[in-house]
This record gives sequence, C-alpha cells and structure tokens, in this order.
Amino acid sequence: MNILDKMMRLDRRWIFLFLIVVCVVANAVEFEVPILVNREVQSIYDFIDSLPPDDIVLVAIDYDPNNLAELHPMTFTIVEQCWRKKLKIIFTSLSQNGPGMTDQAIRDITDSMALDRTYNGVEYKGREIVNGIDYTFLGYKPYFALIILGMGQNFRLQFPTDYYGTPLDSLPMMRGVNNYDDIACVMDISGGNITDYWISYGQGRFDFPLALGLTGVMTAQYYPYLGSGQVFGIMGGLLGAAEYEELTENPGLAKDGMRIQLPAHIVIILFIVLGNIGFFIDRRKRKQEGGVQ
Amino acid sequence: MDFGTFLWTSLAAFLTLGTFSFLYKDNPFYKIAEHLVTGVATGYFLIILWHNGLVPNLFQRLEDGNWYLLWLDSSRPLYLIPAILGVMMWTRFSKTWSWVSRWPMALYIGISAGVAVPVEMSARVNKQLYATMVAIDWNNFFGHGGFNLLDTTSGLSQVLIFVGAMSALIYFFFSKAHTGVFGGVATFGIWVLMIGFGASFGFTVMARISLFINRLQFIDDNWVQNAFNTVREPNPNWSGWFQAVFWVIMVLFIGYAVKEFVDYRKRVRSQTA
Repeated sequence: MNILDKMMRLDRRWIFLFLIVVCVVANAVEFEVPILVNREVQSIYDFIDSLPPDDIVLVAIDYDPNNLAELHPMTFTIVEQCWRKKLKIIFTSLSQNGPGMTDQAIRDITDSMALDRTYNGVEYKGREIVNGIDYTFLGYKPYFALIILGMGQNFRLQFPTDYYGTPLDSLPMMRGVNNYDDIACVMDISGGNITDYWISYGQGRFDFPLALGLTGVMTAQYYPYLGSGQVFGIMGGLLGAAEYEELTENPGLAKDGMRIQLPAHIVIILFIVLGNIGFFIDRRKRKQEGGVQ
Repeated sequence: MDFGTFLWTSLAAFLTLGTFSFLYKDNPFYKIAEHLVTGVATGYFLIILWHNGLVPNLFQRLEDGNWYLLWLDSSRPLYLIPAILGVMMWTRFSKTWSWVSRWPMALYIGISAGVAVPVEMSARVNKQLYATMVAIDWNNFFGHGGFNLLDTTSGLSQVLIFVGAMSALIYFFFSKAHTGVFGGVATFGIWVLMIGFGASFGFTVMARISLFINRLQFIDDNWVQNAFNTVREPNPNWSGWFQAVFWVIMVLFIGYAVKEFVDYRKRVRSQTA
C-alpha cells in the first residue's frame, strides 16, 4: 500500500484530531488577524451610527443557545453600540429556548455599560441601564408569524406586559410607542426560519428598515434580499460579528475567534485539495487498469 | 468565581467534552449529554409555552369565570372557542375520534394560507422579480472604486444576476431537450447553482468551526483558567478543590480513552492470532 492509498483510506477521526490540535494551538498562540469589513456589515453600522439619541431600535434575538456561538457576539456589540449612543431598545425573543438566554445577555451587557469606554476615539462614560427607560424586553410568544403581524398594529396586542410582567403602558419608554411606525429599524439576529417571517410578514407588510444577523449556514440564502433592498445589511456568522466588532472597536469573542478560524480553514482547504488530488490520481490509475470507464 | 459556580461551569465543560467525544464514537459520555440536552430543552420549552402562551392568552382571560360553569360566565367567553379547538387537536391520539382533529387543523391551515399567500407572494416572489430585472447601471458598471466584483449594486452584478437567474431557471425546464444553445445555457445554469451551493458550503464550514471555537474558548477561558487560577484577576475564592474537580473530569475521559485503547489492542491481537 503506497502513501496515496494510505491517505485515501485515512480514518476521518485522524482529520478531526488534527483539526482539534490546530485549533488548540491557535488558541494558545497570540496573534492578530486583519479583519476586512464588507459593505453589508458597514451599512448596518452606518445606519445605527446615524440615528439620533432616544430613537428606538427593535432587536429581535431569535435564536436558541445552540446558535449562541455565532450570534451572541453580534448581540453584544450591536446592543452596546446602541446604548453607548443613547438609543433605546425593544427586545423580543421569538425562539422558544431564547428568552432566558436573552435576559442573561441583557444583564451582561448592562454590566459592561457601567464601565467607561473609548470606541473609535469617542469617550463614553459608564452609565446605568434601566429597564423601562433604556430598554423593554417583550419576551416570547408562540407562533412568531402572528406575533410579527400583530406588533405591526400594536405591541400591546401581543405583549400587554413585558417579560417581567410589567404592563407596557407603565414603562416610560413605551409611552406613545405603538407599532413599527415608532421605531427606527428592526435588527433580527436569528438562527432559524423566523428571519423569513420578518422579511415577509414584517418588512414586506409594514415596510420598516430591516437588517439581519445570521448564522453562517443561513447567510448565503439571504443575500438576494440584500440585492432587492428588502434588507439594508447582513452580518453572516462569526466573521460578520468580527467585522462589526472591528467597526465598533469593541473586540470580543468573534474577533478572538478569527485567529482560530483562519488556520482551521487553511487545514480544511488543504484536506479538500489533497482529497481531490487523491481522488483524481486514483481514478486515473483505475482507468489505466480498465476498472473505470 | 465561587466554588458552586465553578461546579456548574465544570458540568458544562463535562457535557461539552462528552458531546465532542462522539467524534471518536458513540459512548456513555455522549449519551448522558445528548439525553440531558433533549430533556432539559423539552422541559424548558413546555414551561415557557405554559407561562407565555396558555396562561396569559387563555387562563388569565377567563379567570373572572367559574370553573364549575365551564367559564361560560366569564366576561370573555369567546376565548373558549380556541380552547375547544385546541382540545380537539388531542383527539389524534384516538383511532376512533382522530377525525375530529381535522376541524381545527383545517381552520389553522386555512387561516395560515390566507395570511401567508399575499405577503409571501409580494415579499418573496414579486420583489425578487423586480430586483432581477432592474435597469443596468452603466455609470457604475464595474462597481465602486473602479473595479469591484463584490459590489452587488454594480451594472456588472446586475447583468450576472439576470443571466445567472435565467440560466438556472432554464436548467429546470425539462420540456425541451438540453441540447445546442439551450443545453449550453442549462450547463451554465448548473454552474451557477454549483457556485451558489459552494458559497453555502463555505459558510457552513465556517459556522461549524465557529461552534467549536466557542466551546474551545469556553473550556479555556471559563474552565481551565479558573481551575488553575490563571485568570487575569486571580480569584480570591480559589482553592485546591477547583483543580480537584478539573482532574476528576479529566481522569474520567482519559480513563475511557485508555480503556478503548486497551480494547483496540486486544482486538488487533485476537485478529492476528
């Protein structure tokens, strides 16, 4: 058995092991990977950056903990950017296992907001983020299509109270805020087909500016909506999150993950190339032996 | 971090390692993690659905009625109709009465279709058609900045989108043989589709690696560094017990790996004998 045969019959577990070792080594070694920002991510940043204080952004955290790896960094960066710019946020969580995780994320970002920070040369003083003044968390309700449609009429129709049981009318920031007409944009950070409903039932029906933060698996299939103008920006996977962290100068887990992602991708590409070379050599050899037509 | 929090973190690390151990083969650690995740997710969803669906949407709306009058005396008795329809769904479990469940199902599908057809047609068909047939932007044919293939608003992109969409559609037109010019366009269409699938595959690989990276960051930052107290700000609550918990979990996995290796050697010896 020559080396080619050995490689073609290599147990896939050796590849897993090799990939794990590469990732562990990359995690241990400190180096920086340059992040190039795409236009579709830049447009989200520019839009939020251009909003005046007290404008309201609806951040739909439509993912479960199993998509946390890719989408949490997006949530953390965007929400902090909004709050540093003194924007107000309405949170929803229309994925069934998401509300608890969203509540925890809000508290974590609130803690971070208490610290003084400098982003893009601007110094932001730490401040207390107050429920009902800086944000409202509407929580979860089943059947997201009907919820998205209902919020177009009035938020109170689907959510008479917020996640914590407080009536919406007794929350200062919700006074006079009835439906999508009263918010600046919707930022849907999603790990499932809820995004389709935000596009069709939300943006399609009520025509509000919509931007998407998506898992890598979903990203490619939503680019047509960018071309048609139905969404004004897309953040795709951990790379999209890293690009946003780069724009906001707020490095987090996504940017840190890129230095592990780079060697991992190189290894995968290498294995794909080697596998293809092996496949074609093997096929040629078998053709010469008369085994394959 | 106190010891109690570290124990929970260790449990998360144990489940993470247990899940990844499936890459080697199915094993008891993986089974524990799999069953626990399934059970917890189902239980959590049930409670969320109860407190966010049934309680506010049904029970709280009927609460001013009396149960012994079947809530017919409540101020909003119409909410009993969806409740009855919901109960009718449960007849699916009976062979004799399962036909009853078709009524709420028919109502549900009818309403869903009625709501969905106009919005889906507008958002996912019409708007996509308009976007495919826009006038070519000759002033920005090669994209912003001179020549930018990634600029989706450039005239060249518009031409590519139109040609790509048409040729991909032609590939799925089977009423005419794929020969001659028609066959050539269909072949171009399949290439367009393959490029699209390739982009999706690339994103999928990135996504899967991202999930692994996140777990790696968790194990390193939250578990190993806390176990050995090598975090940026040393933990005043740290004690030798933190390390002990870490090593107990590691011994479990290393012990299993050693057992597997011994079994493997035995199998090889018995095959060669």
